[in-house]
Parts: sequence; structure tokens; C-alpha cells
Amino acid sequence: MTRKSRLHIPHPSARPGDKPDFSYLNLSPAGAADKPAIDVPTREIEHLSLELVRVLDDDHHALGAWNPNLDPEKLQVGLRWMLLNRVFDERMWQIQRQGKITFYMQATGEEAVSIAQGMALRAGDMCFPSYRNQGLFLLRGTKLVDMMCQCLSNTRDMCKGRQLPVLYHNKDANIFSLSGNLATQYPHAVGWAMASAIKGEDHIAASWVGDGSTAEADFHHAITFAAIYQAPVILNIVNNQWAISTFQGFAGGERRPFAARGIGLGIPGIRVDGNDFLAVYSATLWAADRARRGGGPTIIEHVTYRGGAHSTSDDPTKYRPKDEWKSFPLGDPVERLKQHLIVEGHWSDEQHEEVIDEYRVKVLAAWKEAQKFGTMTEGPFLDPSEMFDDVYADIPPHLEEQRRQMLALEE
Amino acid sequence: MPQMNMIEAIRSGLDVVMTRDSNTVILGEDVGYFGGVFRCTDGLQRKFGEHRVIDAPIAEGGIIGTAIGMGVNGLRPVAEIQFADYIYPGFDQVVSELGRLRYRSGGDFFSPVTIRTPCGGGIRGGQTHSQSPEAIFTHISGIKTVMPSNPYDAKGLLISSIESDDPVIFFEPKRIYNGPFDGDPDKPAVPWTSHPKGEVPNGYYTVPLGSAEIVESGDELTIITYGTLVHIAQAAAALVGVNAEIIDVRTLAPLDTRTLTESVKKTGRCLIAHEATRYSGFGAELTATVQEECFYHLEAPIERVAGWDTPYPHAFEWQYFPGQKRFAAGIRKVMEAK
Repeated sequence: MTRKSRLHIPHPSARPGDKPDFSYLNLSPAGAADKPAIDVPTREIEHLSLELVRVLDDDHHALGAWNPNLDPEKLQVGLRWMLLNRVFDERMWQIQRQGKITFYMQATGEEAVSIAQGMALRAGDMCFPSYRNQGLFLLRGTKLVDMMCQCLSNTRDMCKGRQLPVLYHNKDANIFSLSGNLATQYPHAVGWAMASAIKGEDHIAASWVGDGSTAEADFHHAITFAAIYQAPVILNIVNNQWAISTFQGFAGGERRPFAARGIGLGIPGIRVDGNDFLAVYSATLWAADRARRGGGPTIIEHVTYRGGAHSTSDDPTKYRPKDEWKSFPLGDPVERLKQHLIVEGHWSDEQHEEVIDEYRVKVLAAWKEAQKFGTMTEGPFLDPSEMFDDVYADIPPHLEEQRRQMLALEE
Repeated sequence: MPQMNMIEAIRSGLDVVMTRDSNTVILGEDVGYFGGVFRCTDGLQRKFGEHRVIDAPIAEGGIIGTAIGMGVNGLRPVAEIQFADYIYPGFDQVVSELGRLRYRSGGDFFSPVTIRTPCGGGIRGGQTHSQSPEAIFTHISGIKTVMPSNPYDAKGLLISSIESDDPVIFFEPKRIYNGPFDGDPDKPAVPWTSHPKGEVPNGYYTVPLGSAEIVESGDELTIITYGTLVHIAQAAAALVGVNAEIIDVRTLAPLDTRTLTESVKKTGRCLIAHEATRYSGFGAELTATVQEECFYHLEAPIERVAGWDTPYPHAFEWQYFPGQKRFAAGIRKVMEAK
């Protein structure tokens, strides 16, 4: 101890030019964490917020109590969705770089979160996503064309040209509208879950924020309400180590894992290997069962790594080592599930490449289709008079007047 | 006809809607077991149960945020923010979420939340229990902003607000909860039983949103105001002896422009008044609207009477409050202008 107080400024373990260093990550061996019964009191499982739930070991075998023992067919389905997510992201990134959409965000390296969790939830469960959950939209049946049309703000855009690319929604698939402001969806998920309980339904809610957004007041409001009313909700923290240029230490990750954020409120926290499809699936199913049977909320921290830039407007080489992802000890979720299926004899490199090729064709075909509904430069174009719709349920007189004024100028 | 004060009228409105629609829920600080610090929800938890009248933790952002989620899941939440001065921690949820949800989702999602909140001074509340922040909310597209001035309107407007599929911020001027107030704090309190708008039906009725009311007809001057100041306007007009047409705006957004402008075109003179601070207050919007629509009918510059542009000082409440004296000075000024 020094004799004076001093300001602590967190510093990441490596900056550009440095050797990547993930020694700060506390990693438990695969299969080591115990799996409690869903009705166990929070105080008996506080250790799960500090350890790391892992199923896949370094040799790609599934170990331990958290192994969900999924059929190989189901795992193949999961792998395929993750591949579609990745191929879609790669293409949309290129499309943005070609100047054909204004903005894009990839989920590269984090695909297991959306896909494994989406598969563990039921169709009636309501998702309040963050902007890297495009996998949920895909998995729940949103058409590639519709997602692309949203990014194009064209005549088939679900948001009618009102939202930045990637801020999708899908009401029929029970996926809420993305805001663009961070963590605002967390209290919505809790309120939705409270309503589900008030109505006596067994649907649960799930929401996602990043490590950085846990600093927002809405995060703390949400976990407080969730704890008080024991709302049936899964509150996910996707710790991908980076919030644009600030590492997870700037959200308080240096002192205690994010999974432990709810311990003071009595919310169980599970720190899970976010790149381990099986572990993510299993932890989600545990939390969902607990919520559905009146056990209340669970916080799940997914330890993962943001494989790409924050967005197309970001250049991560300015603030972190270029090859940091390669050194990330939990690897790549797609590669790990692929290798697991291969060692179990249910997949091959050839099959893998075939699926990627198939998806590249599919995504390209969707892109061609999407452009028929309009691009940034070519029609058909949205009718600008529609910009006055949906501000209110019915258009009030002053907006009707403004619409008239705008249309007069358009003529 | 039953007599009710504004608190009883609001409670009656909540009771009527909750009885008709089992999806209506109330949440807020102290609203449940205790019945609210101003008693507006007294007895409702006993009647409708803890799942429909929900005591909330002290987190206004959480109250509004979870109410939005409840609304998305088919409930019709009525959130109470204990004092309008406390609403700011929930401001982002109002601006970025509640007001935007329908628009950003292309009409697919909406959340019909009503936020009730007591506002205004004159109760020795100091600067954190006296504010009138309505203009901050009228500036947000996608939100409706309402402020009644009497029990009858309070109940009818509240029922319309809760039944509206649009989000509504419902301001309750707390100085007139128990009786109309003419601006003189030294006079004995007057109960609502002495006022025609204290007659409130027990059952269901609505006062439509977006409609102003001509409280008093006149032909010399139009006074446009809302909330507590409707009553000060009446007293001040009588004091000066001017035949004023007094309009209670009732719904600030969307505004009933026609009722205001038709009156000003008739009288040729206009005074706009609110308790909130003057600078960028809602009066600025009203003034601009009247000027745009009625310029060639005006015989004098539009006059504004408002709270001073300071925080609401505890010790100088009656110097701050735009009472009869300031009101009368404003009326004389606009009447004397050639």
C-alpha cells in the first residue's frame, strides 16, 4: 500500500505493437465447473460467476456436467447457422466497403452467443438484442433479403428507412427493435418478463449487452428490478474484451468478472466460455429452466473476443495488437464447434467448405434480390411522405401540415 | 353529481380504467400499499392486487424502462413519477425509447405507457419539488403532453391518455390537487366543491386529447394558459376588469392550434402564461404559433407571463410564482399597447 490515494487508470494488457497478453483471463479447465440444480440458492453458486463454464477441451472433446449432450444433427444445425452469420457478415462488410450501404457491424468471433442461445430458447421467448445479435435474427427466420433491405433503407426495409443499418427488428419472430442507444433494452426485457409473469405465462425474456454497456444506469436499473420481482429473464453480458477502443477494464472488469454483477442482489451469475457452443447452450438452458419455473433472473457473462472492428467506422489497429484475436485462448467459436464435430466423426473439412460455398452463393443471390427493392442510388425509392407516419398512432394536424409543406417542395 | 377533488378524480379515473381493462397496471414509488404520497392510488392495490398496483424501487429510469417492456408485452402501464422533478433519470427512456419505438420499428412495435407526474410549485417544495418541465417533453416527437387544470378534465384526460396507444406524459399541477388557487397564498384554501369542474361523474367518460377548452369567453384579450395558471388568469382578468377569453390548452402536444388562433383573431390581443421558466418555455412555441397564424390580426405584441429563469427558490416562492400581480401587469401591458 502507498501512503496516498492515487487515481487508477486502467490499461489493457497490450497495445499496438505489443505481444498480445490474455494472462488476465481466469480460465477454468473444460468440465471443471459443477452444474447445480436449477433451484439452488444463489449464495451456494457464487463461484460460478468467478469460474468459467467450459465443455469443449483443447482436444475438442465435450466434458463434464455442463455437456448438453446434443445430437450431432443439432450441432450441425448450430454450426451451419454460425457459418451463415459469418458469411453474411463478410459479404455485408464488403458491400459497405464498396459504398453500397452506409454502415455495418459484424459479429465475427461472437456467433456462438446468438446461435447457441437462440437454439436453447423457445420461439415464444422474447429477445431484446444488442447490435451484434444478427445471428438471432437469422436463426429465427428473418430472411437475408429482409436484413439486407434494412441495411439499404429501401422500399422493403422493415424500418421504412428510419434506422441506421443493422438496427433490425422482427415482431413475428419475437425479436425487439434495436435502439442504437446502449443498454436501453435491458429494462425493457425485465419489464416484458414481469408482464409475462403478471399474465401467468411461461414465456421468458432474454437480453444482451456488451461488457462496456454494463456501466450504463439502465443495466443497473434492470438487474435491480429483475432481482426484486424475480423476473423470468436471462440477462446476458457479452464480454468481447473491447468497447470500441476501451478494454473491459473501463467497465470495471479488472476487479471482478461481469458475471458477478448481480451477486449483491442475489442474482446467480454464470461465467461461460462464450466461444464454446455447448457451454453457451447449456448455461442458457439452465437459466431458461430456472426462469420458467419461477427461479427468477440469471446473469450470463460470455467470455469472448470481438474478432473484427467495432463497426465499419472503426479501425482497431489504432488501439489493440493487430493479431490479438489469434492469441485469444478461447479461440474461434466456429472453428471449435467444427473441430468438435470432426473429432466426433460427424463433420469434415470438405463438408465445411461446401457449406461456406453454398452460403456465399445464397448470400450473393439475396444481395441481388435485395437491390431490386432499391439501392442508395437506384430506385425504387421510399415515398418521403411516409416519414411522417408512425410518429404517433394517428397523424396529428401539425405533422399533416408539415407533410404537406415537404411534398410541396418535392414537386 | 359527485364532488371530487383532483386527487379523487385521478384515482377514480385509474379505478375505472383498471376495472374495464385487466391489462392496465400501475407502477411507481409508494403507489401500492401506501397509495402514493399524494394519495392518487389510495386503495387501488387493495382492490386490484399487488400484481397490478406495483410498488417500485427508487429508480425512475427503471420504472419507465420496465413500463416500456410491459407495454410491449401487451399491458397498459401507468407509471407514476413521484415528482416531475425526479423524472430526469428516466429521460433517456422517454426520449430514445418511448417516443421512438413506433417510428423506428416502422409501426411494428409500440408501448402505450402513460407517465403521471405531479408538477408545479406553490407548496413550499423548493427547487426539487416544484418544477414544471413540460416544455422538455413537448420537444420530443412521438410523445403526447397533457396538463389538466381541474378534477373533471383530470379524470377525462387521464382515461384518454391511458387508452391512447401513444405514450403520454400526464402532468398534475399539485398546487390545485385539493382546490382551485387564485394565486393568493394568504387567502383561506378553497375546495373543489365550490367549483363547477369539481363535479365529476363516478363512471367512464373521456375528455379527448388534443383539444383546448375556452374556460371564459371574452372579446378584448385572449389568455392562453394551462394548469394552475388557468385559475390565476381568471382572477387577474377580474382584477383588471378586462373581458378576456381564457383558454386552457389542456393538451400541449399535439396542440389544438385552431381554438387558440380563432380566439386571437377575434380579440386581437394575446397573453400567454405558464408557471415554468420563460426562456425556451412552452410559451415560446405558443407565441410563435399565434404570431404565424394571427400576425395581421394582432393589435399589440404578444405578452408572456412565466416563472423567472431561475431554479424555484424555497424562500422566495411567491416572488417566483407568476401570481395575480405579475399576471395583472402583463394584462395591462398588452391592453395598453397601441
